[in-house]
Amino acid sequence: MADTKKEHELIVTVSPHIKDEETTSRIMWSVNLSLLPAVLMGAYFFGPKAVFTMALSIISAVLSEYIYQKALNKKVAINDGSAFLTGLLLGMNLPASVPFYIPIIGSAVAIVITKQLFGGLGFNVFNPALIGRAFLLISFPKLMTIWTQPDAAFVYLDAKTTATPLGILKEEGISKLIEIFGDKMNLYVELLKGHRAGSIGETSAIALLIGAAFLLYKRYITWHIPVSFLGTATLIAYIFGGKSAETGKMILFAGDPVLHLISGGLILGAFFMATDYVTCPSVKKGQILFGIGCGFLTMLIRIKGGFPEGVMFAILIMNCFAPLIDRGFKSRVFGAVKIKESKK
Amino acid sequence: MALATFKGGVHPPDKKELAKNEPIKEAKSPQRVLIPLSQHLGAPCKSIVSIGQEVKKGEMIGEAGGFVSAPVHSSVSGKVIAIGDFPNAMGKMVTSIVIENDGKEEWTNIKDNPDYIKLSPEELKEKIKAAGIVGMGGAAFPTLVKLSPPKEKPIDTVIINGAECEPYLTADYRLMIEKPKEIIEGLKILMKVLNVNKGFVGIEDNKPDAVQKMKEAAKNEPNIEVLALEVKYPQGAEKMLIRAVTGREVPPRGLPMDVSVVVQNVGTALAVYEAARYGKPLIERVVTVTGEGINRPANLMVKVGTLVSDLIEQCGGLKNTAGKVISGGPMMGFALSSLDTPVTKGTSGILALPEEGIAHAEDFGPCIRCGRCIDICAMGLMPSMLSILSERGFYEDAKEYNLFDCFECGSCAFVCPSKRPIVQLIRLAKSLVKP
Repeated sequence: MADTKKEHELIVTVSPHIKDEETTSRIMWSVNLSLLPAVLMGAYFFGPKAVFTMALSIISAVLSEYIYQKALNKKVAINDGSAFLTGLLLGMNLPASVPFYIPIIGSAVAIVITKQLFGGLGFNVFNPALIGRAFLLISFPKLMTIWTQPDAAFVYLDAKTTATPLGILKEEGISKLIEIFGDKMNLYVELLKGHRAGSIGETSAIALLIGAAFLLYKRYITWHIPVSFLGTATLIAYIFGGKSAETGKMILFAGDPVLHLISGGLILGAFFMATDYVTCPSVKKGQILFGIGCGFLTMLIRIKGGFPEGVMFAILIMNCFAPLIDRGFKSRVFGAVKIKESKK
Repeated sequence: MALATFKGGVHPPDKKELAKNEPIKEAKSPQRVLIPLSQHLGAPCKSIVSIGQEVKKGEMIGEAGGFVSAPVHSSVSGKVIAIGDFPNAMGKMVTSIVIENDGKEEWTNIKDNPDYIKLSPEELKEKIKAAGIVGMGGAAFPTLVKLSPPKEKPIDTVIINGAECEPYLTADYRLMIEKPKEIIEGLKILMKVLNVNKGFVGIEDNKPDAVQKMKEAAKNEPNIEVLALEVKYPQGAEKMLIRAVTGREVPPRGLPMDVSVVVQNVGTALAVYEAARYGKPLIERVVTVTGEGINRPANLMVKVGTLVSDLIEQCGGLKNTAGKVISGGPMMGFALSSLDTPVTKGTSGILALPEEGIAHAEDFGPCIRCGRCIDICAMGLMPSMLSILSERGFYEDAKEYNLFDCFECGSCAFVCPSKRPIVQLIRLAKSLVKP
């Protein structure tokens, strides 16, 4: 019996005895991978400075997680890819021109305050990368709104600055944008490619959509949040986004939804930030409400608020509601409705 | 046309090819059998034999301990050598009777009655009761109880469960291939007992040959329909099967009879037929011995009370890589701590899984609220919330999330990317609060 297993070596655990291959870290690293096209486009348009900023952000995030977990004698879990993802997303949400301490501070705030102090992975209320960015925007408003002109990036030292398309749209209207980009078609094409001022990773709509398609295909995200988010934003942009060129007053049903969709952080936000498992509702019906809320708040800020861009605050505000939405949309227990019907 | 099914569910690798093509063989009659007096849900039996007494094969040795109970019979002829407490598959101590096999295989009086179908429902019920038949799909609920619904719950449909949705197991599949006629006869008897004229056989579509065989066997039965179901775990769970076959949903915490349905497993239908025709008690059943950790997978006709170690030896022993031996399937079965555990009426399989690939529960991570478990829960629960509440000790709060509607199919723990022991946490909560 030498080649057989001895009884006392048997493992005894509770069922089920088989488990799916999917793991948390595989999901996290897949999301990281899906952001690669947008990272590459950001590096292409904004140059080495952009790569440097994103790298610093990632390193700072991972290091913050490591130091925190070591210091508090917790299991170090930097390999799960979640801190890397937070750092990467924060880096992609920064202008390329920020000084080196900006991504470092932002990532530390994101990881230590937003994530770890709330209990670590799975327990944070807010999207860590977005809190990191919000913190930076409020603390360093000037540095966080200096936008490099994409072409100038390769000339590294004397990069020209400009406003983002959304900034121009807000201050000077759509005619100015068309003036800058030549004609409307060219404007769309350039925006899709990402050839415009903005945060490093948000500009290339095409690259982001490739990543999003990968996530949807792998079922790491579902359509519920992106579609309801972008759909609501599109609708509001169309109805309330139009402005008279002369008076600057709102004209109903004259907005340009396409411009709104691809000129800011909507794509990045709707597919990669609002869909963060931890901070969005878990029930699908609730996710639709969550997406509608995000879309509404984004457009409210863009059209009526003081900032040209509203994606970040919209998602953060909706994050607060996620647990409540989950409570309200408790899934239907098998057979439950039938009881009500039979009572009638 | 889309196959009938339910909402939710998972697709574990089915691994049925390991034992699928092994015809049912008679297992070697063991030297001694260890027959637990409680092999079913409900009251344990009372022993009616004493140490030293000679018994014949098929002789009753334990009488039913109440309405929700079923008698047990000796599976061999021989001598009672011990009566005492022994651990069952769940590790619980159960009073059991040990019988030394004399090898003569002497039956008590068994008579063939080809006119069994002419018996009255009451007479048929009496035969089923005397044979000690219980649900052979795993839960081992006494069949007689299901066949005795209260007056206010009329039954109009009987479903034979041939889904066999647990991966690896092929016992029901082999029965459907080898004894389709007998199973249909069993169904007809059940229909007669319940005075029902609609019978179904539900089979997962990964067994097309079984669907074919059953359809052939039922071709002259206008009241019996054989249905192919979508391959999805837990398709064979009673409530899911009823939903798939009839479109009716059993209310929360309710029973199949609440929607006028009785479900019986394929093996049970066969046992009912054999009891009605021959008066044969339930003393043997088909057990699939399989898994990557076993040398020669097989489907064996096993006498109740045979030790798991005997079966494993007959199948060439465990491979060195084996890490876990399970009674039942990989999704809901029990890991055995001792191989000297007897096969009971509800043992559908003995599964040896390799050590590699067994997810160790201590490695689990926090819930990342991905919602996968919510999407797949066949009962429409929120397993993630249940596991978090149980983990933090909020057992009462778990009731608000319909804790007691969970039937522990294990789909949530299967899909969980953080490898959380969701079922274990739910069981813990269930054991600490009242429904």
